[in-house]
Amino acid sequence: MPILRKLGTFWTFLASSFVIYGVIQLLISTNAIGDVAKTTIIMIGINIILTVSLNLINGITGQFSLGHAGFMSVGAYVSAIMTLDFNVPFPLALLIGGTAAAASGAIIGIPTLRLKGDYLAIATLGFGEIIRIIFLNTEYVGGAAGLSGIPNKTTWLWLFLFTLLSVIMIQNFIRSKHGRACIAIRENEIAAEAMGINTTTYKVIAFMIGAFFAGIAGGLSAHFFYVISPSSFGFMKSFEILLMVVLGGLGSTSGAILGAIVITLLFTALAEMPELRMIIYSASLVLMMIFRPGGLLGTKEVTLSFLKKKEGNPHDIASRSA
Amino acid sequence: MDYHIQQLINGISVGSIYALIALGYTMVYGIIKLINFAHGDVFMVGGFVGLFSTQILEKFLPPVPMFLAALIISMLFSAVLGVLIERLAYRPLRGASRIAVLITAVGMSFLLEYVMMAIVGPQAKGYPGIIAKKTFHLYGEIQIDSNQIMILAATIVLMLVLVYIVHKTKTGKAMRAVSFDMEAARLMGINVDRTISATFAIGSSLAAAAGVIFGMTYSSIDPLMGIMPGLKAFVAAVLGGIGSIPGALVGGLLLGTIETEVSANGFSTWRDGVAFLVLILILIFRPSGIFGKNIREKV
Repeated sequence: MPILRKLGTFWTFLASSFVIYGVIQLLISTNAIGDVAKTTIIMIGINIILTVSLNLINGITGQFSLGHAGFMSVGAYVSAIMTLDFNVPFPLALLIGGTAAAASGAIIGIPTLRLKGDYLAIATLGFGEIIRIIFLNTEYVGGAAGLSGIPNKTTWLWLFLFTLLSVIMIQNFIRSKHGRACIAIRENEIAAEAMGINTTTYKVIAFMIGAFFAGIAGGLSAHFFYVISPSSFGFMKSFEILLMVVLGGLGSTSGAILGAIVITLLFTALAEMPELRMIIYSASLVLMMIFRPGGLLGTKEVTLSFLKKKEGNPHDIASRSA
Repeated sequence: MDYHIQQLINGISVGSIYALIALGYTMVYGIIKLINFAHGDVFMVGGFVGLFSTQILEKFLPPVPMFLAALIISMLFSAVLGVLIERLAYRPLRGASRIAVLITAVGMSFLLEYVMMAIVGPQAKGYPGIIAKKTFHLYGEIQIDSNQIMILAATIVLMLVLVYIVHKTKTGKAMRAVSFDMEAARLMGINVDRTISATFAIGSSLAAAAGVIFGMTYSSIDPLMGIMPGLKAFVAAVLGGIGSIPGALVGGLLLGTIETEVSANGFSTWRDGVAFLVLILILIFRPSGIFGKNIREKV
């Protein structure tokens, strides 16, 4: 396809995304698909934002975070309050929610990112739970009953735009100088520091960007489901996001997207049998780690680069060491 | 003053349950550097096995021997379960990345929870009050009930048994050697795999004992009951210094006391948050815990 080759992978990606958008928009506006399918599509979009942003923290920077649901809840609550009590326009409310989540990411990240591995995982889990308990005890946001009556503003258009923007922005960050610094931290923190990378700064930046997009995803989900309550942002939710990332391949953006799609479809398919669903989910997690610990894609990226002349993928460990 | 001493007694009995679970966390972490997320669910399974065995034994035995029999059955069952979990899920991953093992542990935890839910259903099950509840007045307003005495007695006995195993038997010596340096222990002819299995067996049986005691104290158990106590026991293990057995005991008792004090002063909805706050403060200011050693990172 010489035309596509000339345009380059980025524009091809953008063009094919808009084709997907158009097809689904057509299906929705002609009522060709039911409400369940529409909800599933919205869920896939929200989950893609969550997994791609968690992948930036866990897969690219190598900082094991289990607090993603906490950031999501900050974004959800703040943006819901913005539209409910201050009549802020929806996209602005989402951005404010994301900014608040990024701020909480900085507050949590600066003290805890000195920790490593398991300790960091547990500390972020603890912070996630603390955020949940703060919302649980705040009367202004409804306490345990949660916040209800949030206007339904998450349309397929907004969802599509925000998902596309998140993926592009995070992917561009990963492929920039700063992204390479983050990968260096993942590969060997001490060596990265010796090469002059300010590891703390980059860890906090990655954490804040991840938290920002998690907050956006939270805002989108709050404005789709009308109601949010602290119990839906427990660490189960964090694990669920982690499962999607791990299934797709930790360290791969396209893997994260694939994981989000596969798990969301699986969850919808098994929605009738919640217990069986969790058994399949957990058994597949264990089997996956034993037989294919890198996930479906490993750190490889599925790109449209086969359209271009062959070149090594700078993020693929196999091609780098060769 | 009396009120606070009363809360101290209550705190110690809650803390004993945390301490029993925390011992399993700390021993496993000490040996294979794994946060065994499934440990809280072994505690839950222990509680259920205890419940089933009391329902069967009720007809044959008087209360106190029945309690002991149920406790031992549940401890043996969970020891086997713990060894199986290690054998099936963690051993194939020895040498894999830490994240892979951690995710497996999370998966194992969910698997236990939902398999149990598929078996017994999601509703909470009532636990029979095996030992008649009697309250003893100690001094002034301070009182202690038979359950609390039972918890304390069981914890003390189990701790003594554990200390004996770790310090006086060959298995215990092997456990200490493996946790000190796995490679050197293997070179000295210690069967590392068997030692790890023994650690899981001991840790899981302590968690099962905690499960039975928990069921009797709170008179109801459900398949998801292991999550919170499991996490808090982990906090207790970190607080005491992970890898240290006396640390797990002190950490558990301390955390139990802090929690009851917070609830008693009218902040009961913040109770779970306080446990995590303690965790974060400890991780930031003294990550090696009360009894832990400082380890310098080398290149």
